[in-house]
Amino acid sequence: MSESIATKIDTSLLKTEAAVNESEICLEVKNLNLFYGESQALKNISFKMKKNKVTAFIGPSGCGKSTLLRCFNRLNDLVDSVRVEGEIILDNKNIYAPNVDVTSLRQRVGMVFQKPNPFPMSIFENVAYGLRLQGIKKRRVLEEKVEWALKGAALWEEVKDRLDESALGMSGGQQQRLVIARAIAIEPEIILLDEPASALDPISTLKIEELIYELKSKYTILIVTHNMQQAARVSDETAFMYMGEMIEFGNTNTIFTNPEKKQTEDYITGRYG
Amino acid sequence: MKNWFASGTPWIWLNAGAISIALVAVFGLLFLILVRGMSHFWPANVQAFHYQNADNSLTVIAEIIESETVPAESVQGIDIKQGNVERYLVKTGNRDLLGSDFRWLYNIDLKKRETPIDVMVIERIEWGNFYGYLNSVYENDIKVSDEDNKWAEFNSRLDRAVQIRERILELEQGEIGAINYQLERLRLKEKRLIIDNELSDKELSVINKKRESLKSQYETFLQQTQKLYEDINRDSIRATVMDGTEVIIPLEKIVKTWQPNKFNLLEKTLFYIQSLWAFISEDPREANTEGGIFPAIFGTVMMVILMAILVTPLGVIAAIYLREYAKQGLIIRVIRIAVNNLAGVPSIVYGVFGLGFFVYFLGGNIDDLFFPESQPSPTFGTPGLLWSSLTLALLTLPVVIVATEEGLSRIPISLREGSLGLGATKVETLWRVVLPMASPAIMTGLILAVARAAGEVAPLMLVGVVKLAPSLPLDGNFPFLHLDRKFMHLGFHIYDVGFQSPNVEAARPLVYATSFLLVVVIVGLNITAINLRNKLREKYRALDN
Repeated sequence: MSESIATKIDTSLLKTEAAVNESEICLEVKNLNLFYGESQALKNISFKMKKNKVTAFIGPSGCGKSTLLRCFNRLNDLVDSVRVEGEIILDNKNIYAPNVDVTSLRQRVGMVFQKPNPFPMSIFENVAYGLRLQGIKKRRVLEEKVEWALKGAALWEEVKDRLDESALGMSGGQQQRLVIARAIAIEPEIILLDEPASALDPISTLKIEELIYELKSKYTILIVTHNMQQAARVSDETAFMYMGEMIEFGNTNTIFTNPEKKQTEDYITGRYG
Repeated sequence: MKNWFASGTPWIWLNAGAISIALVAVFGLLFLILVRGMSHFWPANVQAFHYQNADNSLTVIAEIIESETVPAESVQGIDIKQGNVERYLVKTGNRDLLGSDFRWLYNIDLKKRETPIDVMVIERIEWGNFYGYLNSVYENDIKVSDEDNKWAEFNSRLDRAVQIRERILELEQGEIGAINYQLERLRLKEKRLIIDNELSDKELSVINKKRESLKSQYETFLQQTQKLYEDINRDSIRATVMDGTEVIIPLEKIVKTWQPNKFNLLEKTLFYIQSLWAFISEDPREANTEGGIFPAIFGTVMMVILMAILVTPLGVIAAIYLREYAKQGLIIRVIRIAVNNLAGVPSIVYGVFGLGFFVYFLGGNIDDLFFPESQPSPTFGTPGLLWSSLTLALLTLPVVIVATEEGLSRIPISLREGSLGLGATKVETLWRVVLPMASPAIMTGLILAVARAAGEVAPLMLVGVVKLAPSLPLDGNFPFLHLDRKFMHLGFHIYDVGFQSPNVEAARPLVYATSFLLVVVIVGLNITAINLRNKLREKYRALDN
């Protein structure tokens, strides 16, 4: 059954593909399968993502959306038992090819996690962390880039007077924006957001959403979220996943107003999930 | 009653009781060694005991150390056969005249017991304390004092003698010691060149020239000290002991003098503090039963610090491999169990290993390779500070490994992923995020290691501790830190003073005092480490949220 759905999606994708200009394609996933030991977590996933758009992944818990997200910066490599088949094409290169430098891939694909995870350092050092890893040592350059990144994450005004204080003293929402600043400081092409607002209060969530809206002019953003209103608000395209399969992928408006699949409709209307 | 059991009250009482017993035990121990040890330095009044019976009379001048009541029949050599008799253990000093410092006095035929106001106690460099009365002061066998000014004369001349003695010590240990050290190095250098067949005439002449200049310096210093010895031998005093005989005591032999019966409370307290300070800051004398214990404190601290420097990197690196890099499986489990069991190996076994491997094998080879010139006398092929620290580092390694592993495993995965997600490699993540955050745990391991190492004595007796070390392992002669030297240790000092000393009564309070200082040193080292850890914890408290 799963194979039949996958083939159907493939054909449905063909329709939109014609409309997409090749230069706008940023990421392409081809027949991606992922296994944790014996059990398969992602089943034959294929789709294309456009540049400078926000793509949201929705679906019930355990459907594999976070796992899929972590494929894009190969963070799944850290788990011993994981095996990946298929291709993810970034700039005409398969990021799972054997000669790929994982660290430079991760510099191109930044990631923000569910819970804010600032390092136990000062605010400045947190943002400068990725820059220092790249070997930038000049204080002047670091200061400029940190300021730029903090402004980009809409945090500069709040922290400009206490850059040397520990990042751990900030509120949860500030910490999450700091982590976003840390990610954009190294100027990635793609930013992966793994439920970035799930641990935050409504006002902080709103700020993060506004930030995502601003960031998409510069970056391609992939966001995993449990919150369907959030997906509807921030994303241009939405993918619905269920049990490791991509059930439906398309324009957010279409998905939320007129989904093709019954499963998608059921989930969006809250009948399960 | 049943309800009372069900309420859990007896359980609380049981737990609280256990804690109370533990607390009483700990504070009782501390209190005992504190009182027994620290009361030794209090200047007790000196009393005169006048005995008189039909045949003869006797006067004893002494400090009471303790008193007890014993059944008369258990005491030999007295006439009373029933009832109890009170007796005192007294310190009479004057070991050179009486044969021993201490004796038992019985409360029989005791006619009078008084506190003579002008009795004098003298701490001497040899033969322990002197108790008696000052008669007069002599300069080169000429009397220079009368009844009124004898104390003023004595004190001013004693100050002079003490100053001269300090100067002599300075010369002998400082300048002359340095010259001897340089001469020895020169000798070894020459021998080394001979062994390597590189001794040219030019170099030989340079060496000889240096040696000549050192020797002439030595001569001048020697003359200076000889002059000082003449100076210090100038004065002496005449004093009466308790049986009325007069003795001559050269000022050269006197450390200090005091009249305890003239002291008021404030003066006694001052004197007490001075004595305590002398105990902490001075070198031991007379088979360690007199003087201070500074070299032992210094050696203990030095050894523990060196141990910490050696064990930390080793333990941390081992733990990083076990936790971060090694594939978790059977072999790693076995290694982990083995490491944990190492902590249970009796410490003397480590001592034997240290002697066999470090001292004889490693040290012997180092001597063969790097110090052939000083053969056959060993440099590193003999017990010493380095080998002691290494042996104890090995002994405490399991503690550090276990604590570090524990700390590493508690670093949240999200922080590691955060770092890796920014393009850091595993090593960069380890160094920049994981290790700093694990540093409080590493410090915990180190605290436990220090606590264990500072109290260890048995292995040290094999690999480097001695009863009396002629010089400290740290001094002004290049290379300043002498890792090959033997050193003194508080733990061993306690054993030595307490059980190897010929003068048991004199040594007993010192055993307590030294024990107390050992506890103080260990607590001090631990508090330093704990403070450091708390600062680190404060800095990296991300683990909690």
